[in-house]
Amino acid sequence: MSSTTIRLTLRIWRQEGPQQPGAFVSYALEPLSPDLSLLEALDRLNETLLMAGERPVGFDHDCREGICGACGFMVNGQAHGPQRATSVCQLYLRHFRNGDTLTLEPWRARAFPLQQDLSVDRSAFDRLLAAGGYVSVNTGSAPAANALLVGREQAEQAFAAASCIGCGACVAACPNASASLFVAAKLGHLALLPQGQPERQRRSTALQIAMAAEGFGSCSNQLECAAVCPKEISADWISRMNRSG
Amino acid sequence: MKLDPQLPGGAIQDAWTQRRRELPLISPINKRRFKVLVVGSGLAGASAAATLAEQGFRVTLLTYHDSPRRAHSVAAQGGINAARNYQNDGDSIERLFLDTVKGGDFRAREAGCHRLAEISGAIIDQCVAQGVPFAREYGGTLANRNFGGALVSRTFYARGQTGQQLLYGAVQALLRQVDAGRVELLTQRDVLDLITVEGVARGVVCRQQGSGRLEALTAHAVLLASGGYSNVFHRSTNAVKSNASAIWRAHRRGAAFANPCFTQIHPTCIPSGDPGQSKLTLMSESLRNDGRVWLPAQAGDARPAAAIPEAERDYFLERQYPTYGNMVPRDVASRRARERCLEGHGVGPGGRSVYLDFTDTISREGRAAIESRYGNLFAMYERITGSDSYAEPMRIYPAPHYTMGGLWVDYNLMSTVPGLFVLGEANFSEHGANRLGASALMQGLADGLFIAPATVSGWLAGHLHAEVNSDHPACQAATAVVQARIDGLGSSGLGSGFGSSSGGGRSCDSLHRQLGEIMIGACGISRHAEGLRAALAQVQALEQEFAQELRLPEPRVGRNPELEKALRLEDFLQLAALMLRDALAREESCGAHFREEHQSADGEALRDDVNFCHIAAWQWNGDGQEPLRHSEPLHYRHATPSRRNYR
Repeated sequence: MSSTTIRLTLRIWRQEGPQQPGAFVSYALEPLSPDLSLLEALDRLNETLLMAGERPVGFDHDCREGICGACGFMVNGQAHGPQRATSVCQLYLRHFRNGDTLTLEPWRARAFPLQQDLSVDRSAFDRLLAAGGYVSVNTGSAPAANALLVGREQAEQAFAAASCIGCGACVAACPNASASLFVAAKLGHLALLPQGQPERQRRSTALQIAMAAEGFGSCSNQLECAAVCPKEISADWISRMNRSG
Repeated sequence: MKLDPQLPGGAIQDAWTQRRRELPLISPINKRRFKVLVVGSGLAGASAAATLAEQGFRVTLLTYHDSPRRAHSVAAQGGINAARNYQNDGDSIERLFLDTVKGGDFRAREAGCHRLAEISGAIIDQCVAQGVPFAREYGGTLANRNFGGALVSRTFYARGQTGQQLLYGAVQALLRQVDAGRVELLTQRDVLDLITVEGVARGVVCRQQGSGRLEALTAHAVLLASGGYSNVFHRSTNAVKSNASAIWRAHRRGAAFANPCFTQIHPTCIPSGDPGQSKLTLMSESLRNDGRVWLPAQAGDARPAAAIPEAERDYFLERQYPTYGNMVPRDVASRRARERCLEGHGVGPGGRSVYLDFTDTISREGRAAIESRYGNLFAMYERITGSDSYAEPMRIYPAPHYTMGGLWVDYNLMSTVPGLFVLGEANFSEHGANRLGASALMQGLADGLFIAPATVSGWLAGHLHAEVNSDHPACQAATAVVQARIDGLGSSGLGSGFGSSSGGGRSCDSLHRQLGEIMIGACGISRHAEGLRAALAQVQALEQEFAQELRLPEPRVGRNPELEKALRLEDFLQLAALMLRDALAREESCGAHFREEHQSADGEALRDDVNFCHIAAWQWNGDGQEPLRHSEPLHYRHATPSRRNYR
């Protein structure tokens, strides 16, 4: 832990609501401990704005330990900022240089309408999953757990795909705003397990149709999605989806 | 207030089967005439909503999140217990039952704990069928690991993200019902009041975060699965927005609150540094298997860890507990760390942390061994603190993590308000005065998958009333109360002369920080009467300050995160006072509740089974009035109350 402080300027997209016009506004932050997170720096800015009679900056967040997937915005043009495999809540001020200006913008995608400032509506992801991203099994009708054998490596691969936190960075980073990585990860997770087999084709078709219907674009192999994914989900899942559903 | 736990008679092994046999059934045609409201989309809420919808009920699920997948169950790391005896190491339903009762320090109901152990196996079956990618052996069978408080290996896991994987299984089952049109999913809703008609729960009032519009939603039964209240302490391992509003408002409408002072502090968390820090991150307790806890023997020793020679280090847990050493239970490890820090031995900013040192294991087994076991945790620690734990010891400190207390429920999970059921961490649960590791996920899913669907259905069978609609006078009255509360927040201060903000000179965050400092000091790891009384006065003064000095941005319609925070904080302030009263009234030390007046000569907890072998259930008695304390006696017929000894 360091005892020096860091000075940053935040250039933030401000837009009160979906119908209002938006613009960038710059804020010079007070000197802060480099051990604070970027979201905590926003908390501090918001407290200052509040006391000055201005509207605080809206941004999505909750668990602040990189697992709930609520947080996410662009930092200097990169989804979740410059650190590899890191969601924006896990970015600490020590990751920046004294005097830096950071430009913060919301995810921009037709399927993620803006709510306020840095906050967007990602409910389209839930509608994709609702279209078939599950195993149809009612409570009580499950066979004994060890009746279904799953090889260790297969289980680990399925886990890797299932670790997607649904933050939307893949969509934000994609020039086509495609949700292919999100959809492919869910299809891959369930297709690797015996439980997922009976509905496999139906699921694949339903999710891909829903993806287009929600206004997400198509994949053109830019691979920006995998580069920004905080859970390092591989673009190989997209190839797998295209090959075998 | 009458507290009838509705405990089943007869042999404990047959009790749940017997209860299910007694519960009346509803014909499939009639089921769709019933509406059920579920608040919360974590393991308990999502699985209850999905299961009830599968059975044919019409379900509406409310969550404050933008997606049900964000509920804080997602952050549970370690695993989920089940008495499957897959390892052939002597586990059984009986053993899990006894471990749970003992782990809770004999402050939970036997019948409930037995049911939990009984159901645990079916939970794993269901999760596997949903596609949860649990860890596996090479042969394809499920893997298990050890967890604190148990001599057998019964914990199922998915790396360090078990909660995430279980939640996604439950949420996918929920979304399947959304797609089928049987569940209406309402996101970004803060539940702000309970609607009762003639004393029966009939709905909730919620605020839509986007528009600020209030809605009155009605149903034949209301299920609260809204989680715990560790954020009373401001900084905890909970998500920043985790809140107690739904259970607190239900309490004010007549639901008894049980054992509010039973709160668990987890010993291995990343400590706080700057006052602006917003939360405390848990580091898995498994680290204590290989790390040694120590502090400088000399108080005030400011040298870096590496410069302190072996002879001047105090491995205080190993010294005080030769048998269990660094593996003592959570409450003991937390208390001893705090004690040493108060005596001036603590390290880091403000002397508020202890070292967790892996040097010995690294030199014995090599860096690769540690990396394979804890690589992800070391990486997380480095990301947050900027420090490399392979080279220097971690610094850890206890943090509020889980609340065993919650709304009182009977064996059928129904609160003292008929028609109001409470599930998961929101109820006062089977964990007694202390929860064992890997038992929270088990309880949430037991409640949501199996218990509530059976008992809610059984209750509904007798209550096919004429539907209560949102234009019912009770709905209008409750909505008016909420509207008046929103309009009144921060209004009695300096008026609206501050640009687009109104109210006084205190931000919601600063008031919450102050509440946290009071509560962690007086009602955290260690408590005493004088401190609790002083804290009660301070919390009441702070509530006044909140009423007079809170600053809020206008307008109160539309999206206003500061207003959401203020509504949550007002409830935390009132709940904090109840926690302090409960801690004061419980003149004993048990589980996570340690009263300094009640300890042995060597500093161990002294339980009082003569006077306090009961559940305390508090009744709201109006604003400004002292709440009433009731008690439900506990009886132990299978487990013999014993004193814990880890020396």
